[in-house]
Amino acid sequence: MIKRETETGAEAKIWSALETIPDPEIPVLSIVDLGIVRKVSITENGEPAITITATYTGCPAMDMIAIEIRMKLAATGYKQVTLINAISPAWTTDWMSEEGKQKLKEYGIAPPNSKQQVCDQNLFAEADAVQCPQCNSYNTYRISEFGSTACKALYQCNNCKEPFDYFKCH
Amino acid sequence: MSKHLTDFILHLADSTLILGQRNGEWCGHGPVLEQDIAITNITLDLIGQARSLYQYAAKLINEVSKLSESEVPPAEGFKAASEDTLAYLRTEREFKNFLLVEQPNSDWGQTILRQFLFSTWQYYLYQQLKEKGSDTTLAAIAEKSLKEISYHVRWSGEWVIRLGDGTAESKKRMAHAIQELWPYTGELFLPAPYEKVAEVDFDKLKPAWFKKVSDVFNEATLLVPQHVYMHTGGKTGTHTEHLGYMLAELQYMQRSFPGCEW
Ligand SMILES: [Zn+2]
Repeated sequence: MIKRETETGAEAKIWSALETIPDPEIPVLSIVDLGIVRKVSITENGEPAITITATYTGCPAMDMIAIEIRMKLAATGYKQVTLINAISPAWTTDWMSEEGKQKLKEYGIAPPNSKQQVCDQNLFAEADAVQCPQCNSYNTYRISEFGSTACKALYQCNNCKEPFDYFKCH
Repeated sequence: MSKHLTDFILHLADSTLILGQRNGEWCGHGPVLEQDIAITNITLDLIGQARSLYQYAAKLINEVSKLSESEVPPAEGFKAASEDTLAYLRTEREFKNFLLVEQPNSDWGQTILRQFLFSTWQYYLYQQLKEKGSDTTLAAIAEKSLKEISYHVRWSGEWVIRLGDGTAESKKRMAHAIQELWPYTGELFLPAPYEKVAEVDFDKLKPAWFKKVSDVFNEATLLVPQHVYMHTGGKTGTHTEHLGYMLAELQYMQRSFPGCEW
């Protein structure tokens, strides 16, 4: 989660506006929940500058997200907006808010485990148990490391038999 | 100096883009749905990485062309160099990708092997770029890409083992793929003139790559070829006949309608 220090009234207003923009691929989360918005500031001439970062380098939703931000802020009264695309520091699932993780689970996507657990480089490494978002069982297995979008893997629950997406640690 | 740096970045970008384009040909044709999705996910990562690199190269080129009027102006219909002009409007001779990545697809085993050989090279090279960090933009791109590359190395390595140590048929095909692709791996460690500026440590890169590849081949009960003639030239723009056809398809729209958007 990002620390918002000494936030001005205008900045807070922009953050609240951004919190209402859903991620195009996982609409249950806002782009703020996902940690895609890294920074909000106001330039000398009173225009907002928003720093965003892609989850994966090839994330096809980034152009869409940029358009959504411009439209939302235009409706909030900011015609001119500077968007800064930051590569560094690299996005990580650690930036996902706790509230975001809870929302993901309710939506039926298993939220990312904490970082140290799954990022093992060894071949055939057993991923740590991922909890089924439906029945909460840890008796699950990985069907494929790659799922419906770059950020997800495909799992199935041995207990309730439901297949589900896992938002993989990154 | 700066020309060398942009050439090096273009070499990384071109290799990544061209492999992405080749893998993209599998979309809808993978052996099973999950693996079709896997290879196209990897394609998306490769093209994303290529975009970051082209954007950086374009920025450097535009800075230089501001300084010197003699610099060749960007192509007709474009005000300045961009990721699009670099990907869509350079000719075959200007592309600096490895010969390995432009080779046509044959079976799934060959695609898996190529991905494994390439991703393992990428993994160790990008580690160097990230750790050295003298070029902060390149280090940042390397760091971000490494998260994705780690998945690629693991996924493709597991498949090399599954197929090599699988049925008689899958083993035969993997052995054939090695015979076909190994002659293109020498180029991964043959320094190009522009690589001096990037301070790539080939004395470390090659043994690290070789150890990883040998370990996986061993576990896959596959043999590492010995004394093979190596094809070279891709890094400096001398390509096999296959690249021209790829670019014809890749660049068609921008060549026909310069600057078109949709
Ligand atoms: Zn379950």
